[in-house]
Amino acid sequence: MPAPDPLLLIAELTYRCPLHCPYCSNPTDIGADRYRDELPAADWQRVFREAADLGVLQLALTGGEPMARKEIVELVSTSTEAGLYSTLVTSALPFPRRRVEALHAAGLDHVQISFQHSDPALSDEIGGTIAFERKVKAARLARELDFPLTVNVVLHRGNIDAVESIIEMAVDLGARRLELANTQYHGWATLNREALMPTRAQLERGEEAVGRARERLGPRLEILWVLPDYYEDVPKPCMGGWARDAILVQPNGDALPCQGAASIPGFAIDNVRDRPLREIWLESEMFNAFRGTGWMGEPCRSCPLGRQEEDFGGCRCQALALTGDAAATDPVCHLSPHHDVVVAARREAEEPQPAAPPRPFVYRALETPPARV
Amino acid sequence: MALERPQLATGVRLKHDRVRDQQVLLFPEGALVLNETAVAVLELCDGDRTLDEIAALLSERYEGADVRDDVAELLAGIGERGLVVDAGA
Ligand code: SF4
Ligand code: SF4
Repeated sequence: MPAPDPLLLIAELTYRCPLHCPYCSNPTDIGADRYRDELPAADWQRVFREAADLGVLQLALTGGEPMARKEIVELVSTSTEAGLYSTLVTSALPFPRRRVEALHAAGLDHVQISFQHSDPALSDEIGGTIAFERKVKAARLARELDFPLTVNVVLHRGNIDAVESIIEMAVDLGARRLELANTQYHGWATLNREALMPTRAQLERGEEAVGRARERLGPRLEILWVLPDYYEDVPKPCMGGWARDAILVQPNGDALPCQGAASIPGFAIDNVRDRPLREIWLESEMFNAFRGTGWMGEPCRSCPLGRQEEDFGGCRCQALALTGDAAATDPVCHLSPHHDVVVAARREAEEPQPAAPPRPFVYRALETPPARV
Repeated sequence: MALERPQLATGVRLKHDRVRDQQVLLFPEGALVLNETAVAVLELCDGDRTLDEIAALLSERYEGADVRDDVAELLAGIGERGLVVDAGA
């Protein structure tokens, strides 16, 4: 199928980050040499221009912690010149006033700050770093400079019961958007699935709290609520469909259709140092492997729900992780012959667990994942 | 929510997308492709003009057609997503 025009470039500028979130979607081998060889700023700037020429409208500057790149202001300037709408996705460590003012002057459009919880102590415990107060200060600074602010909280067993107070916190910080994204089991989250996965009752309570808040707050605060796949019977279109909307570039310049794609064996990974972005988008083996619907096998090929163009068979990385075959139907789908794996994980989450702490986290770190203690 | 003097919310902007040759509305983590009418309306939303003034200006442009309801509906739709706000609020 012909490649559509991409809309979004996700620029993972570095995997360095002062936090250690146990659900981080970064690869578990972030400390590997190949990721330490970070793409020079001049290459990023060329990639931003190439992306704009390809039709990309939105740029997410993320990581790791994008503020750890000392050239962040120059990168934003280039994005602005190229006409991209830029979002800084930050843990807010660091978020020094002078640099943030410089980012504002350079044309940064939007700031997204992650919180781990609305309770300071629990937030710091989940992130594995003393950070909460600095995040609050950062959010106030962003609003003072009149940036539109998104607060992002990844939800899991340990914070989902606090949805109401998280919403209060977002309102108090002056956020316009609140992303409540239930953990997706990629990267570090797969190592912590048992400790992270909420029960169905928790999810239902969370969803009700969101419904009440939406009614009360209206357009004042847009609340995004992303259900975890594991509690759905048909999958979501991963990234809006493989190689349809988004291009992700890792800190070393590897270009991928999604965060987990590097885990899929058998395809050459193209690097933006070697090939122009347009060529990668149109011709890369990896991007073309699962683009559209032509690659699908059963049950997707003759899907009785006619959902091929809606969910594109779900997540390729999840299919690989749960079935050993990246071209299989995502087992989240109730039509998948492997759906029982997902049902079993749900059942496990319902089993009574000791009150606190349920199971120790494996915290994100640059070393290879340590064994659980 | 009534929009007395509508304006684009902070962080929302109109842009001509040269690749698709279309006007788009860009906002935090999203984009909307706009038709000609929507562009005409949004370009007049400066936080100073009232809804009636905007409708009157457009009506002139479209040879006296009564567009007030269409304008109100369009702005209410975009306003529901928090992309247009009332300057007075
Ligand atoms: S999820 Fe946590 S550890 Fe991972 S990049 Fe974001 S702030 Fe850092
Ligand atoms: S069979 Fe495939 S296309 Fe149909 S709903 Fe399941 S995952 Fe989606």
